[in-house]
Amino acid sequence: MGYSLQLTLPELILSGASLILLMITAFAGDRSGRLVTWLAVLAFVVAGFVIPGVTDVGATAFDGLFIADSFAAFSKILIYVSAAAAMLGAMGWFGRDRDYRAEYPVLILLSAIGMGMMVSAGDLLTLYVGLELQSLAAYVLASFQRRDNRSAEAGLKYFVLGALASGILLYGVSLLYGFTGTTLFAGIAQGLSEGVSTGELFGIVFVLAGIAFKVSAVPFHMWTPDVYEGAPTPVTAFFASAPKVAAMAMLARVCVEAMGPATFEWRQIVIFMALASTILGGVAAIGQANIKRLLAYSSINNVGFALIGLAAGTQAGIASVLFYMAVYVVMTLGSFFVVMKMRDEAGQPVETIASLSGLSRTRPGLALAMALFMFSLAGIPPLLGFWPKFFVFEAAVQADLTWLAAVGIATSVIGAYYYIKIVKIMYFDDPAPAYERSGFGVESALILLSALFVSPLGYFLIGPLSQVSQNAAGALF
Amino acid sequence: MNSLGFPILSLMLAVPFVAGLACLFSSANGARWIALLATFANLALGIFLWDAYQIGGPQWQFVERAEIFGPFAWALGIDGIALMLILLSVFLMPVCIAASWTAIDRRVPEYMASFLLMETLMVGVFVAQDLYLFYLFFEAGLIPMYLIIGIWGGANRIYASYKFFLYTLLGSVLMLIAMLWMVNVAGTADIPTLMAYDFPPDAQTWLFLAFFASFAVKMPMWPVHTWLPDAHVQAPTAGSVILAGVLLKMGGYGFIRFSLPMFPEASAQLFWLVMGLSLVAIVYTSLVALVQQDMKKLIAYSSVAHMAFVTIGLFAFNRQGLEGALIVMLSHGLVSGALFLCVGVIYDRLHTREIDRYGGLATNMPGYAILFMLFTMASVGLPGTSGFVGEFLSLVGAYEANSFVAAIATTGIILGAAYMLYLYWRVVYGVQRNADAAAMPDLNRREMAILAPIAAVVLWMGVYPESFLAPMSNDVGLLLARIERAAPSSDSQLARTAAPATPADAEHGSAH
Repeated sequence: MGYSLQLTLPELILSGASLILLMITAFAGDRSGRLVTWLAVLAFVVAGFVIPGVTDVGATAFDGLFIADSFAAFSKILIYVSAAAAMLGAMGWFGRDRDYRAEYPVLILLSAIGMGMMVSAGDLLTLYVGLELQSLAAYVLASFQRRDNRSAEAGLKYFVLGALASGILLYGVSLLYGFTGTTLFAGIAQGLSEGVSTGELFGIVFVLAGIAFKVSAVPFHMWTPDVYEGAPTPVTAFFASAPKVAAMAMLARVCVEAMGPATFEWRQIVIFMALASTILGGVAAIGQANIKRLLAYSSINNVGFALIGLAAGTQAGIASVLFYMAVYVVMTLGSFFVVMKMRDEAGQPVETIASLSGLSRTRPGLALAMALFMFSLAGIPPLLGFWPKFFVFEAAVQADLTWLAAVGIATSVIGAYYYIKIVKIMYFDDPAPAYERSGFGVESALILLSALFVSPLGYFLIGPLSQVSQNAAGALF
Repeated sequence: MNSLGFPILSLMLAVPFVAGLACLFSSANGARWIALLATFANLALGIFLWDAYQIGGPQWQFVERAEIFGPFAWALGIDGIALMLILLSVFLMPVCIAASWTAIDRRVPEYMASFLLMETLMVGVFVAQDLYLFYLFFEAGLIPMYLIIGIWGGANRIYASYKFFLYTLLGSVLMLIAMLWMVNVAGTADIPTLMAYDFPPDAQTWLFLAFFASFAVKMPMWPVHTWLPDAHVQAPTAGSVILAGVLLKMGGYGFIRFSLPMFPEASAQLFWLVMGLSLVAIVYTSLVALVQQDMKKLIAYSSVAHMAFVTIGLFAFNRQGLEGALIVMLSHGLVSGALFLCVGVIYDRLHTREIDRYGGLATNMPGYAILFMLFTMASVGLPGTSGFVGEFLSLVGAYEANSFVAAIATTGIILGAAYMLYLYWRVVYGVQRNADAAAMPDLNRREMAILAPIAAVVLWMGVYPESFLAPMSNDVGLLLARIERAAPSSDSQLARTAAPATPADAEHGSAH
């Protein structure tokens, strides 16, 4: 038991921190917002530093319910970093209207605990509990601006559709449990290795459908544009980063550890979702007029590419998925931080793409950063965004899925169209009214950091990052 | 490390890159001078490189290698072919900067930075010895060129920039998949090793087609050439020069460096695909050029026709064809660049490219008329100019490969003469119909300084091509040795193939 608790130390630290911070907010009220935020960041840092100490290849806690391996460690560090970044960016954004509430960092902490459980789950029930903890906090975050109708609508929509997806997932879990007699991943893999029965196949399909909702892969993506548009921008930034990583890592673990013997079966589903996501994410984004909706479709598009790595089903494939998510998170957070800077003269947030017009002349630095993110998301070398796509396609080619790589990369050209459209609007068009000037705060620092990361300077990180992701992926095989 | 004791190729990449960053932080005039100095510095380095290059020495010289991660390495090195193309790039860059000295008057620092970045990437394409590094440079060129066309281009620039970007991107992504497959099979991304690696012939066909998709768009070959006239017409003058002068050469360079040596069997198998497309291009685009009203569009279509001579020469599978193709590439780089500059000169004065708005310029711009005449003749392929050497050699090569191909391709020379002389006649000769065109002053000193060096090199290459052929002949020989085993059978070498030869055949054969 002691050993099990030791393995869950990061979650324990975050849980303790969230309870303490909740007390602080309850007694000190909203003026403690900034303090609580920085303390929450501190909690993430501490939890992040604890992770390498508790990582033990193949170590499981609570009789296999919870796994603390290097795969979980990689994902958790990525989750903590992106959650902390999204939290810091929010401070300045909400603070403008004095509506920053101290619960915000606490909710993100709780959500991060759930995400940690998701990526560490060794059992379908642990997985479900983690998923629900993450989701419940996320529903509240989506409707965080209570007085804003769109925010409330986003929260409600997310809740209803999320509940539906949870139901589908649970149904799949119950089918798998019924036909294999266990909810442990190892046990399910054993059950499937003797041939996949129809019932098990249904279970696999339903579980995948439920998780696909969380990664917002087509055809379970409908909620994404609406929720991303309606939720406050910092919350959208959070949704597009950490939970995506968690859900994708969880999907990878379920596919490999629980459904490994049924690779042939789930690969078809994943391939369909991958291609559908890259195509729909590319085509549907073209007509968008709202930058947050556009980035929502961009995230659907990116998830499609990551799924191509998963479809390979090999260690290199899983490593490429992790690498993809790491770079994706930085590019996406960077773009959302730029969106947070978009405020008109009166200080009101603007979200129309048209308002970016001529940004290169009114705010050259901001425009350059956004152009870097856009070219990087489009996967144009020499920007770093090229390399995750490269590794994903490399894995697909090595797994004899050359046709999938060829089709996938051809669809990336569709996506390139709307990314360069943003660049066109910022650089070629006549200036729209300038945005409100703001000092160099935390947001600007985060934009600068992300921009440096996606610039060719990020190449220095490719070596170590791919090494670590290889190790992490190795833990699943 | 190389024989010089310092990494000259990395230096040639670093100079324009650093200068480009510096431009972003300086004033308009400062940016102009930084760009000019940096491009001259790179030209000096290029001349030094030419001087230090040992003809007949090792195939790959000035080699540098640093592992970065996995199969990806910072591997640089050049052979004679790359050397000549690098010289072309560094020679045209100062010209471009000087040509945009006054023509570009808004957002100058960004413009100069884009051009310098472009130079880094162009040189990078020719020096890369790692497959992925090559791809990186090859593809990254899209970004600055997209910005150059889109920001400083003409009225319809947005459409042209999209078309340029998406066409070339779609072409090259398939090449990336082929590269991944090749590295997976061969276990290395080292280009010299891959050039000697024998891929299975049935896979070669697919790989060839994937590379072909990229290079054919870049080249550009009919029917994927339609981005070029749009991009040329909308790009600023210097942008057109770089596009025609160097970017199009990347396609030809790709065929020489990848398609032929890596997939010789597939190249032979798809001989008629390449030849067919090239022949259509020569005849069709020449006819299209004949009816153009826009000067830049006319030269753009003529580029497509000239590039078809390159592909015909390359896929002739013999020395004359290959050397001819290489000289056409160099010559076209200079001549079409110069022609775009000539158009730019009068465009700067009258702000229109419509041919009918000019006429009789020989009267008021005699200096301009002489230089324009020289470049027109070089484009037509008059003996004594660079155009003749290249086209003659590639037609000889084509004849050796297939007489039918040579017969059709030769009509391109006649059509070429027709559209170029027709253009020259309408612009420079005749009566002065338009008062404003008749009032234009002759070339000023800056314009003279831009055009005169190109004219000198065009004549040099026409009179003594050996200076340019010598560094490449060794590499052409190595390439030939590699591809000869797959050479498609020819219909014009009866004496060699028909054995025993009848007296009549032998006589016929010796007549060649």
